[in-house]
Amino acid sequence: MNGPGLSFPVEFDPTLPRRHSSGNIFARFFLVSTWAGIAALALLMLTILNDSIGYVIITTEVDPASLAVNGVPYEEQTNQQLTDILANHLSARRLRVLEKETPFADLNQAELVLLVEQEVLDPEAAATFSMVQSLFDRSMVNAELAEHPGATMQMRFWLQPGLLSNSGSSNALLAGIRTALYGSLWIIAITILVAFPIGVGAAIFLEEYTVDNAFYRLLRANITNLAGVPSIIYGMLGLAIFVRGMQPITSGALFNAVSGDPAAATGRTILSAGFTLALLILPLIIINAQEAIRAVNPLLRQASLGLGATQWETIWHHVLPQAMPGILTGTILAISRAIGETAPLVVVGAATYITFDPTGPFSKFTTLPIAIYQWVSRPQPEFRSLAAASILVLMALLLSLNAFAIALRNRLQKKQ
Amino acid sequence: MLSSNIMPYAQSNIFSKTGEQEEAAGASGFAIEARNLSIHYSAFRAVKNVDMAIPERKITAIIGPSGCGKSTVLRSFNRMNDLVPGAHAEGDVIFMGQNIYAPQVDPVEVRRRIGMVFQKPNPFPRSIYENVAWGARLNGFKVGLGRPSMDEWVENCLRKAALWDEVKDKLNQSGLSLSGGQQQRLCIARAIAIQPQIILMDEPASALDPIATLKVEELMQELARDYTIIVVTHNMQQAARVSDQTAFFTVDADRAGMLVEFGDTRQIFTNPKDSRTEGYISGKYG
Repeated sequence: MNGPGLSFPVEFDPTLPRRHSSGNIFARFFLVSTWAGIAALALLMLTILNDSIGYVIITTEVDPASLAVNGVPYEEQTNQQLTDILANHLSARRLRVLEKETPFADLNQAELVLLVEQEVLDPEAAATFSMVQSLFDRSMVNAELAEHPGATMQMRFWLQPGLLSNSGSSNALLAGIRTALYGSLWIIAITILVAFPIGVGAAIFLEEYTVDNAFYRLLRANITNLAGVPSIIYGMLGLAIFVRGMQPITSGALFNAVSGDPAAATGRTILSAGFTLALLILPLIIINAQEAIRAVNPLLRQASLGLGATQWETIWHHVLPQAMPGILTGTILAISRAIGETAPLVVVGAATYITFDPTGPFSKFTTLPIAIYQWVSRPQPEFRSLAAASILVLMALLLSLNAFAIALRNRLQKKQ
Repeated sequence: MLSSNIMPYAQSNIFSKTGEQEEAAGASGFAIEARNLSIHYSAFRAVKNVDMAIPERKITAIIGPSGCGKSTVLRSFNRMNDLVPGAHAEGDVIFMGQNIYAPQVDPVEVRRRIGMVFQKPNPFPRSIYENVAWGARLNGFKVGLGRPSMDEWVENCLRKAALWDEVKDKLNQSGLSLSGGQQQRLCIARAIAIQPQIILMDEPASALDPIATLKVEELMQELARDYTIIVVTHNMQQAARVSDQTAFFTVDADRAGMLVEFGDTRQIFTNPKDSRTEGYISGKYG
């Protein structure tokens, strides 16, 4: 029995089932949205994988078997034998050109093998098939193979060591992303080095040192707005400031470090690209760092100040260590964005096709997203496979950068 | 409870800076003195015209109803109010013969000499040892002949805060791993590690259970041998139990806090001169 004066009606609230059911409808909706997101992601991964594995029908100028000497295939022959192959198969003029680029005597065995493949065999992808086609439409693959007498067919995972070790090439079978990968790494390193200290510094100033007046409120609101500006605008800004305005610095002229390339000499360098991306992610880093600093318990600040610490000692010893995990989370997000940016780099002057590695901040550059963009826009299907494999590399790069930052964050959190 | 072997450090000055100023203190017999002190938060006057002289090495309790400005006055004694945007003080707070609100006075210097324990325990998210050592190191703690080592000093402070026996085996654990009462005593150990002259306590036991409260109260009485303690409390029994002097604040018609009566605790609680004090301590309001 209920106590005196406090009695529930015998019938419970009749609207209760309806209240529950409306909650359940929402819960189901949330479940569906979550699965829709997961499905979209899975579809993306499958599409990329589908394009990056499959049969390739390869035709060569010369039958590779004919290059074997005493049953030793060309891949395992000595430098002298490989040089002989080159001499036997190439025109005298082509030989002179190659010899002029790099003397054969200076090349090692692997480089000679590559040269034989490029110059003598000159493999060409006559047809490329996706994973689904290769697995489920074998008859089409065979029919295609029959059309190319003397061609070989191989199952190719386009994400193979050659992709990472070769530089750009107009031949999809020999093309790689080495220069683009180095370019991306160089640029991201410069971006982090520039954007992180400036961004965190600005956030500290805005959170800890400014008073809450109209001017700083306007400033904060505008930093938030800057985070939403289209990236191509930053590219134009970078072009105006870093490429044109700061040309003596970004081209390396000021430090007597101009690389030989005419594009680099006009300031279209890794340094300009890094600065531009730093500018792009600066608002993101500032906003996230501000949030993280604001979230630090004010009692902690008071405890520190109450012990006779100065404001800076309080910030350095207590506020920043507490805020650092949050700051790093924001930085991870910002870097993830920077690493995938294409448009601003095109404006700043990324090269679409370079075959030599960047040697420093004053080299001209290309990046992974630009290489991918470039390959995707080509009509031949083999370049699509190449692009799909490069996307896998880009994603792996992104994931490993993030994993590093997350590990760092967890370590900092554990220390407290 | 507290062993006597820890006392030698208590009077000697182990920090590099203090010295001649130490002499200046006590010339008046008062640890700190508010003279016609008013505190404003922007346009709002929170406390008006407070005159009170706090005696040395005694426990002074500040009591009063909510919103009477007890904490505001307490925080004005080490310029913690400076952290509140728009807060400013009028009048003088005399400490060691010096008005701490004079323009040439650095609030950092004031806070280093007037420590504070807060309402909610707020140890640093660091080891117990570091909680005590950090402030000392920051303020120029020096190891040398006839001075304690940092380990000894940490032990000394934790003993004085009646916490040593509970934490001596886990000095490297986080200060946050302790219970609420232990955390508050750790905050007290942290405060005394920089050898302040005055310790301000802002409702130090209000977030604690009765047993932890009792421990903190015992500790306050121990510490009053060496330090001047000013404590704000909501709990009248606590004020009656621990304090030597009591100040009663209330709110006047224009919502500004004001000091009604300040005197010997026994007198305030048994024979208040002001009817408002009598009304408050007898539970008629507040």
